Amino acid sequence: MEQGTGNREQGGAPPLLEVRGLRVSVDDNEILQGLDLTVNAGEVHAIMGPNGSGKSTLANVIAGRPGYTVTGGEVLFEGRSVLAMPADERARAGVFLALQYPIELPGIRNREFLRTALDAIRESRGEAKIAIRDFNKLLEAKAQELGFEADMLKRNVNEGFSGGEKKRNEVLQLAVLEPKLALLDETDSGLDIDALKIVSEGVNRFRGPNKAIVLVTHYQRILNYITPDVVHVLIGGRIVRSGGRELALELESRGYDWLRDEVGQPA
Amino acid sequence: MTQTLTKYPRYEALFSALRPARNDEPAWLAELRAGGFKRFQLLGFPVERRGNEEWKYTNIKPIAEAAFEYPRGAGDAALAAINERLPFDSGMTRVVFVDGHFVEALSATATEGVTVMPLSKAIQKHEAIVQKHLGQYARASDGAFAALNAALFADGAFVLADNATRTPVHLMYATTTAGSMTYPRTLVVAGPTSELTLIETYVSLTDGNHFTDAVTEIVLEDGARVDHYRLLLENDAAYQVGQVRVSQGRDTHYGGLVYETGGGLARLDMETLFGDTGSYADLRGLYITSGDQHIDNMISIDHAKPHNTSRLIYKGILDGRSSAVFGGTVFVRPGADKTDSHQEDKNLLLSHEAEVDSKPALEIYADDVKAGHGATAGAITDEALFYLQSRGIDEFTAMQLIVRGFASQITDTVAVQSLRAWLEQHTLEALPRFRAGGAG
Repeated sequence: MEQGTGNREQGGAPPLLEVRGLRVSVDDNEILQGLDLTVNAGEVHAIMGPNGSGKSTLANVIAGRPGYTVTGGEVLFEGRSVLAMPADERARAGVFLALQYPIELPGIRNREFLRTALDAIRESRGEAKIAIRDFNKLLEAKAQELGFEADMLKRNVNEGFSGGEKKRNEVLQLAVLEPKLALLDETDSGLDIDALKIVSEGVNRFRGPNKAIVLVTHYQRILNYITPDVVHVLIGGRIVRSGGRELALELESRGYDWLRDEVGQPA
Repeated sequence: MTQTLTKYPRYEALFSALRPARNDEPAWLAELRAGGFKRFQLLGFPVERRGNEEWKYTNIKPIAEAAFEYPRGAGDAALAAINERLPFDSGMTRVVFVDGHFVEALSATATEGVTVMPLSKAIQKHEAIVQKHLGQYARASDGAFAALNAALFADGAFVLADNATRTPVHLMYATTTAGSMTYPRTLVVAGPTSELTLIETYVSLTDGNHFTDAVTEIVLEDGARVDHYRLLLENDAAYQVGQVRVSQGRDTHYGGLVYETGGGLARLDMETLFGDTGSYADLRGLYITSGDQHIDNMISIDHAKPHNTSRLIYKGILDGRSSAVFGGTVFVRPGADKTDSHQEDKNLLLSHEAEVDSKPALEIYADDVKAGHGATAGAITDEALFYLQSRGIDEFTAMQLIVRGFASQITDTVAVQSLRAWLEQHTLEALPRFRAGGAG
């Protein structure tokens, strides 16, 4: 299978993310059946595919969500195997997952949640905790960019937030925590065009030569705002085709069946 | 029906032995005590649990069978020790009872708008008021423990509010003597349109076992407002059975918050009564148990009259092999139309062995009534833990955030800033798993 643009020379540094032959089951159902993916720093990869193909599973397994059984293969982050690491260790190493369905955290304030997380990440890098005043300034600035009013930060995490606000909150967390690898799990689902623009702008501000983004999406619409370097199609638990943006447009107009037929997958 | 007098020779001997010291007490009080003791002999300790709905989940045999000593005076308690244990009351009016007896040296009274003194003194200085109210709400007929308290109480706090008092009044009942039993008696009368914040604390200054049988009566006369915080902080070997009776007049507001992290076996029997219209009862509770603790909260809200509102929300955090009971009953009597009530009991179970029995109940005999109830019990969800961990927060810290977040629905309602901060801190410390090197 043709893979990404993994030819970019990084001065010998390993790819930011390498998934090799990953096999994952949920409750005895094999979802990922030997998935390969290489993502270098500075790249944006889009993962598309029909429902149930394993897109969210991929993002969740890389982030370390419990409930999945890895039955084969490897996931390397900055050259290190992460499958044995608990989710918090991966996050401190620089992996971030924007959840598909962010939940409310009763009694935990947005502000405190984010500062605790940021401090944990900073401390693991040998840095001191952030001064509260500096944090508040940082948070308010990022929040404003994402269309949040200051008093929303006082609320409990996602309490009373609409679907769109929850997704924007995921991108706010991304902006504050500044990971190396952002896994965006259907961050565009359920968003109206205005929210989509705000979220996309936030993601684009995050982009940089040292960062990478894996954007899991069901619709090509978000790719109008976040230009991917590579588009992968996940069918039957494997990446069956990779290409440029045109691939996304083709999927949009033709659906997935043509590709399923080509690679011999059942519908 | 034959009324058998159950035999409790130790209690009978004690009651007789106390009589001489009480010769100065007025006749009405002697009668109250005698009636209480007789009722106790009639009822006996509620050790028969089968068929006894009220005591179904709580076994008080250890209390009935133990031989506790009745302290004749206060044991030694250092001011420094008290300040260390309960640091939230600086600047407050404080009345301290040690082993059931008033200790002036540890107290700090004198506040405007409110009269605070030991009951033993109030019986002389404010006899008419005390006589009018004492034992009228927590009657001996309520049960053996209320009856025994009437018979055996040595002292307690008397609070009479005339005006709006900003400074909270802190009633502290401390035990220093292991193997002892005390019967704290509290009487609070909030006069018309008065405002009072009251903190009532039960604390052990010994690690040994002891028994507290406490009765608190609170009367809100028309237009009065009382914010009441009852903190049960006794040790894991202590037994407590508490009774709180609140009587609300017209247009009153009673805010009651019960916070329990001790003792080993505790039961609170709380009742509020709407005696008129236009009032609000806002009852909140937070119980935190671990190890082998058992805490039983029985709450009853009596909408005896129309046009009153009640809210009852209790939350429990259970760990180890501990257990809790919640029994909430809202009575809406005939004619109590336009009642608005809601009750909830929510529990967070941190271990597989912890158990909660939650029974909200409604008895509605009126029309045009709003009454809802709910009860939940669940563990910390994988989703919540993962969300926090996926942001770099380790599991231990994540659990602390979730537990504190769960408690915050109750602790956020504490209007006294110093107390709120202390409760938030104490909530995590109460759980061994969050103490250094602890396990649950």
